[in-house]
Amino acid sequence: MNALQVVILLLVAGGGLLVVATRDPLRQAMVASFFGILLALLFFVLQAPDVALSEIVVGAVALPLMILLSLAKVRGGQR
Amino acid sequence: MTFLPYAVAAWLFVIGLYGIVTSRDLVHQIICLSVVQSSTYVLLLAIGFRTGGAAPIFIDIPVGRAAVDPVVQALCLTDVVVGATVSALLLAIAVQIHKRTGSLDPERLRESFG
Amino acid sequence: MTRRTRTAMFLGSAAVLGAFLLWGFSGLPSFGHGLISAGEMLNRVSVAQRHITDVVTAVNFDYRGIDTMGEEFIFFAAVVGVALIMRPQPGEGARHVEDYAFGRAVPPTSDAVRVLGLGLAAPTVLFALYVVAHGHLTPGGGFQGGVILATGVLLIYLAGEFDHLHGLYGEAAVERAEAAGAAAYVAIGFLALVSGSAFMTNVWPLGTTGHLVSAGSVPLINTAVGVEVGAGFVLLLNTFLRQALVIRPEPTRTPLEEALNRSRW
Repeated sequence: MNALQVVILLLVAGGGLLVVATRDPLRQAMVASFFGILLALLFFVLQAPDVALSEIVVGAVALPLMILLSLAKVRGGQR
Repeated sequence: MTFLPYAVAAWLFVIGLYGIVTSRDLVHQIICLSVVQSSTYVLLLAIGFRTGGAAPIFIDIPVGRAAVDPVVQALCLTDVVVGATVSALLLAIAVQIHKRTGSLDPERLRESFG
Repeated sequence: MTRRTRTAMFLGSAAVLGAFLLWGFSGLPSFGHGLISAGEMLNRVSVAQRHITDVVTAVNFDYRGIDTMGEEFIFFAAVVGVALIMRPQPGEGARHVEDYAFGRAVPPTSDAVRVLGLGLAAPTVLFALYVVAHGHLTPGGGFQGGVILATGVLLIYLAGEFDHLHGLYGEAAVERAEAAGAAAYVAIGFLALVSGSAFMTNVWPLGTTGHLVSAGSVPLINTAVGVEVGAGFVLLLNTFLRQALVIRPEPTRTPLEEALNRSRW
């Protein structure tokens, strides 16, 4: 187990804690996007390029996008 | 130290559950659910890892070279995309709940739906 | 039961759950130790048996193709579910699409976003097609390429307006493309039945390893899944954008305005 794997695992654990600790959904979407990139780095270090590619496009782009659009609908209100 | 990946998987699972249980906002709960899902990816990929193994793509390395497990990668691969789509479904439900009841707070919703 | 009681109860049971998880994980082979025997064997025989170099794609679409068909249908059902849940309800109407911000003037789209969006949209779509087509050679495949394709469409929205998306595709065509992708996957499985083997057997000519046309049915299934996932995510994007920008609770209208409005969906 080399140092790179240890560092990224600890970063992922910290990132998960940050995502849960951020209570405002708008900020949490950004933190979740960053957490997705950390996960993709971990998958890459664990020699899984396919899964890393999936996680980057989905966890860093598609999911925060849909969260932001939902928040825009919810916060926009019935104007 | 070789136990660290499994510990991180268990930690992510428990911390995601804590976020769901103590949440005040439906959208926050949905994002914590994605954290719980990611714990399963970490666990699966950690099980399949082999020290010194390469990625199981044999286009530029000879076939006999030690590689990591491809079966768990195949499981995680489709799961990532499908999990995000199910989260989209949950977000759609949350948006419609907000339209009907005006709030996204699980505490208040519990009273209104009985 | 108050919130504090619930949280305290959860913390207690979470500690027990965490202890059980760690105890269970300690029974696993140590990290970096080994593979399940099927993975070891697949690594050794896949390239010779199926003329494919990306073993993960081989597992997904060839050795375990029926499981991936199930996953694809979860995706399809979720997209249909979102479209159903976000359908126009009675008492809602479409409004003219315009940008709005809460309590301030709308800033115009910055030139940097426009230039980058326009410049990167076509290369992103091309990259998505590359990832889908080379799924059996290098990391990639239908699922990743489909999502990248939807990202290319998203770039066009970011650089322009919502109406520009409708100049790009018609919503009915995208729905049909998604259904066609899902049906093509099942049809390829049935073609194997027609030729006398089991469902979803790889009966197509295998070709030469490392070439674009190789590995039998895997490139075909990759294309079908790429079309389905790409069209599905574009539909998701479209549905969410329309909810956020277009659909509004309706002011009272005359029946004529009602009829004219309904015909525009």
